[in-house]
Amino acid sequence: MLLLVASILVLFLLNLFLGSVHIPMDSIWNILWGLDGDESVIWQNIIWKSRIPQSLTALVAGAGLAVSGLQMQTVFRNPLAGPSVLGISSGASLGVAFVVLLSGSIGGIALSRLGFMGEIALTVAAIVGALSVMALIVYVSQKVHGNVTLLIIGVMIGYVANAVIGVLKFFSVEEDIRAYVIWGLGSFARVSGNQVTVFICIMAVLLPLSFLLIKTLNLLLLGDAYARNLGLNIKRARLQVIACSGVLVAIVTAYCGPITFLGLAVPHLCRGLFRSSDHRVLMPASLLAGAALALLCNLIARMPGFEGALPVNSVTALVGAPVVVSVLFKKRRNDMNE
Amino acid sequence: MMKEETIRIQNLSTGYFGKKGTKVIAQNICATIPSGELTCLLGANGAGKSTLLRTLSAFLRPLSGEIWIRGKRLTDYTDKELATVIGVVLTEKCQLRNMTVTELIGMGRSPYTGFWGTLSPKDKQIVSEAIALVRIEELKERMVHTLSDGERQKVMIAKALAQETPIIFLDEPTAFLDYPSKVEILHLLHRLSREMNKTIFLSTHDLELALQIADQIWLMDREKGVLVGTPEDLAIDGSLENFFYQRKGIAFEKETGLYRIDNEYWTTIHLDGTSERNTMVQKAFRRNGIHATSETDSEVSVLIDEVHEQYILKLKGKEYSRYSTIKELLPGALELLKDRNTLKNKSYDER
Repeated sequence: MLLLVASILVLFLLNLFLGSVHIPMDSIWNILWGLDGDESVIWQNIIWKSRIPQSLTALVAGAGLAVSGLQMQTVFRNPLAGPSVLGISSGASLGVAFVVLLSGSIGGIALSRLGFMGEIALTVAAIVGALSVMALIVYVSQKVHGNVTLLIIGVMIGYVANAVIGVLKFFSVEEDIRAYVIWGLGSFARVSGNQVTVFICIMAVLLPLSFLLIKTLNLLLLGDAYARNLGLNIKRARLQVIACSGVLVAIVTAYCGPITFLGLAVPHLCRGLFRSSDHRVLMPASLLAGAALALLCNLIARMPGFEGALPVNSVTALVGAPVVVSVLFKKRRNDMNE
Repeated sequence: MMKEETIRIQNLSTGYFGKKGTKVIAQNICATIPSGELTCLLGANGAGKSTLLRTLSAFLRPLSGEIWIRGKRLTDYTDKELATVIGVVLTEKCQLRNMTVTELIGMGRSPYTGFWGTLSPKDKQIVSEAIALVRIEELKERMVHTLSDGERQKVMIAKALAQETPIIFLDEPTAFLDYPSKVEILHLLHRLSREMNKTIFLSTHDLELALQIADQIWLMDREKGVLVGTPEDLAIDGSLENFFYQRKGIAFEKETGLYRIDNEYWTTIHLDGTSERNTMVQKAFRRNGIHATSETDSEVSVLIDEVHEQYILKLKGKEYSRYSTIKELLPGALELLKDRNTLKNKSYDER
């Protein structure tokens, strides 16, 4: 656990230090603490307006996705469940697609030219899209008994959303499609200025809220019947967990685009590392590991030498997949030895 | 310890509420379950055992009638209260990975723990007491997913004990277990009912075991409803005998009060002998459709020579041959019997 905190600190500093523009360490130090130095305004701007917001976003988004993934996997008792599975990310995408693609076709203006207003519109659209899908899922979860049924319905909603997006794309201007595709690649850099503060504030409220569900999640591990016998109201518990997890994904997706993989992989990574199913361990572990992994991915995406930045989605999978597979392999070997 | 009536069931009907009306599984059940006893629920597949158990543990609503638990209506209990009154052990397997036995049993303390579910020293002590009662100290540190079926069953029983409920319901706790484990689990539950004055109610398909260990038996049948009594009373009044009345191949032995497989026989032979060998020869012959008894006379007969520990096959009172094991006796006797039969038939034809 301490190791995770330490690695977050190191990765965070590295995120500040490394970039396409080289800024020496002591200058960063001076800038961070507002000390007088001969640091140029450009450097100050790079640190304050680009690198710090980006790192903070990555940190918080990674934590949010990992926690959300953990909750989903427990409540659905399915190791393949993840934030994207319930169609919540697809809902966000649908909202964005509506705004981006229709504004061109109907309004006659490409959203990319709208600037700041456009960004706000995107965020709002994503949140509205994600939350409406989530509301649908929550409604269904009260009607449906089986977890698997609910999971399948979630996947189906995702398909429908993607199909609608496909139709929208077909009727859209090329320029807008490009804007949409880029949004779809995910990025920690899109959030800037005041929005970072808003984003971090929202997450600072939501993440501790998810810690309130630790006992509930532990009981859900035993299966519905046993959990119920131990005094848990299953329907309410399911509602709480899905809502909490869904809102987390919705907010992160709205600000950073649909970032896949982290939410699915980090909980597995933590189970492997800590060899525990206890959410009192897994919850903080997933939060920290998610943050660390997101920072690492962000770092790799902006490795010096690359012009600009790689899409985060590609990096998360490229970096994360081998890590997770190796952990799982090690775990399997341990199981056999037992 | 005082035995008291912990569960009272009045005119209970169980089943499911559906969109197209209700589906009744069992009707008009009236019975009580006392504390300090082991009560077994017996019935064929589909008789409604699980439905009854699920209704009693408040997973299902009763269609009609009332269930009183310790003088209070089941429906008046809140989820939290119920968690401290009824503990369950189910057939479903927990898909748990990376959880130790102690952690799992500790989950039984959930109704008593605080917001984070952290165990207090007292909780920990209760958990280790539960482990000691079930005698699974050596499993303490094992991961749940590495346990065998029998071990897991014991762990789940320990979980129910850690829950400190006066009532424990178990749905087929002996299913999937080998014979010694079945006996062990039932003995364990019987001991717990006595030592802890718990009300233990379980469903099972292991008739012979239940008839030997249970204090009370509930016989459940779709048509006849529920019959309650001690295994002995039910044997005497014929309920057990009638229970499988329409099923072929099962016979109830009044002498032992147990069921046995009833093979149909095609011939009867005379058997002489006194020791346990007598019973064994009888058993082996019965399996081959031959009824061996001392109360009949026959051309072919078997005498057990206790002195030489041998089996003597006789034809018309004269020694035909000797065998030292039943394995050798059987084919010899069968061959002779068949020979005599064909001979009889032939002479009958010639005449």
